[in-house]
Amino acid sequence: MRRFTVTNMSQVELTTSYDVDAIRADFPILRQTVHGKPLVYLDNANTTQKPQSVIDATSDFYTRYNSNIHRASHLLGELATEAYEGARDKVRGFLNAGESHDVVFVRNATEGVNLVAQTFGRQNIGAGDEILVSEMEHHCNIVPWQMLCAEKGAILRTIPVDDNGDLILSAFYDSLNERTKIVGITHMSNVLGTVTPVAEIIRAAHSIGVPVLVDAAQSAYHIAIDMQALDADFLVFSGHKLYGPTGTGVLCGRKSILDAMPPYQGGGDMIATVSFAKTTYNDIPYKFEAGTPNIAGGIGLGAAIDYLTAVGLDNIAAYEHDLLEYGTQKLLSIPGLRILGTSATKASVMTFVLNDIHAQDMGTLLDMEGIAVRTGKHCAHPVLERFGVTSTVRASLGMYNTKQELDALADGILSVRSMFG
Amino acid sequence: MARVPARESITAIEDDIVESFELFDEWKERYVYIIELGGKMPPYPEEFRTPDYIVKGCQSQVWLHAELDDGVLYFDADSDAAIVRGLLSLAVRVFSGHTPEEIIATPPTYVQRMGLSDALSTQRSNGLNEVFGKMRRYAVAFAAVEQSETASGVSKV
Repeated sequence: MRRFTVTNMSQVELTTSYDVDAIRADFPILRQTVHGKPLVYLDNANTTQKPQSVIDATSDFYTRYNSNIHRASHLLGELATEAYEGARDKVRGFLNAGESHDVVFVRNATEGVNLVAQTFGRQNIGAGDEILVSEMEHHCNIVPWQMLCAEKGAILRTIPVDDNGDLILSAFYDSLNERTKIVGITHMSNVLGTVTPVAEIIRAAHSIGVPVLVDAAQSAYHIAIDMQALDADFLVFSGHKLYGPTGTGVLCGRKSILDAMPPYQGGGDMIATVSFAKTTYNDIPYKFEAGTPNIAGGIGLGAAIDYLTAVGLDNIAAYEHDLLEYGTQKLLSIPGLRILGTSATKASVMTFVLNDIHAQDMGTLLDMEGIAVRTGKHCAHPVLERFGVTSTVRASLGMYNTKQELDALADGILSVRSMFG
Repeated sequence: MARVPARESITAIEDDIVESFELFDEWKERYVYIIELGGKMPPYPEEFRTPDYIVKGCQSQVWLHAELDDGVLYFDADSDAAIVRGLLSLAVRVFSGHTPEEIIATPPTYVQRMGLSDALSTQRSNGLNEVFGKMRRYAVAFAAVEQSETASGVSKV
């Protein structure tokens, strides 16, 4: 049993005093100006910026040991395989995935959902069966299921959200039944910021033997995830939102289910033996990883996880919560501004409309002030329809944002407002 | 509504626009002016507010309608976003009231010369490229119609 020493305690103190300036210094892109103004990057829910250590890790791979993985009988191949599989172990640790779960590398969260729909879904879901998702899903957790429903004659049912942007749980319990074959649920809405009660949903679904897929694309870089405690059957996230490279993603799944699933794509690396008479498949996770993957990206994702772990997700969550409250108050002080999503559980996202100013106008004019936000429908048309808006502005936070940047955002919005008379 | 052909060439109108934007020192003034121009654009004919006339590839909704009258092409346009509507009003001012042949022969240069942001000038997010492309396709299509009518001896009033 380890005991806390004084040194350990001082390290704890150190990590709880959040040094945002030191963090910002690790992200080279933040040093630039845009249209002559310091860059204020508030589009983190879209993609996050990369710390130098992630850039260095991918660059180091190409500079020093670029090689294919899993099949080289030379030193560079060994180094590459070790680094790539090391990144998988880092993901496993990051999600606290135990013996019962395995980590599959994919291109992004979207591919993770498609993989499950096309393998588990095609194998287990038939005519008249039901798939249950929430009204605030990103399109990545709607469309793959719709495609499956169209193919199989299954039915996609939705769990509605209330005016605050919280799931209406009673409707979830009403919809969950013996025909439900899978529940797909976002851990955190990319529009409303709502953090959903996934643990309760998983418990309820499991009580009648229904597996659950958690879309953690928005939550993974804000909230610590514990696969063993959650007991999720599938969980997906994208590396590029986790301060890692684009084209990287993770499907973490229950081994017993992954084992029983058919392969996703055919090709190299996913096979055990190939002959024209009969081909046998590799073990999980490789069964789902056909062809040469994004090796540099995977290694970069490992570096991003190292960085996040060093800062501490709990520290980040506390810091971002403080920023969210500050920013929300700032925005609400602007006359005519309406925020979508007022859940008590929300995190890191401020989506708003201002009078009848079009979101694209707002985005274009904020850009001239150096402020980067997302405008439009955020790949989540149904939830915008739910709130009766066609287009919104979204300012979303990352670990490097500051209150000064939120002041700049509020000033920018006021300036836009004045331009419309 | 009776329409009259433009009195100046496309190039001359472009020069006028560029000149008028040179009066502004500050980017905000340019954008306020663009927004004002959009507000003054003639109302878009409601019968053409249909999916056929939507310009795809824009973040905002953009409609573009064209008709040929006595060999001259006229455009109507609209958007639900104010800056885009202002940019459309300029595009209509530049290209409406000219022959298809002149439109085909004169690719626009005024946007790059107006001193707007790179983001607006690259015309990707606001879909202005798509608008120019669609105007050009209308011109090509109407020019082809005119040619075939001449060839088949259909007389024009």
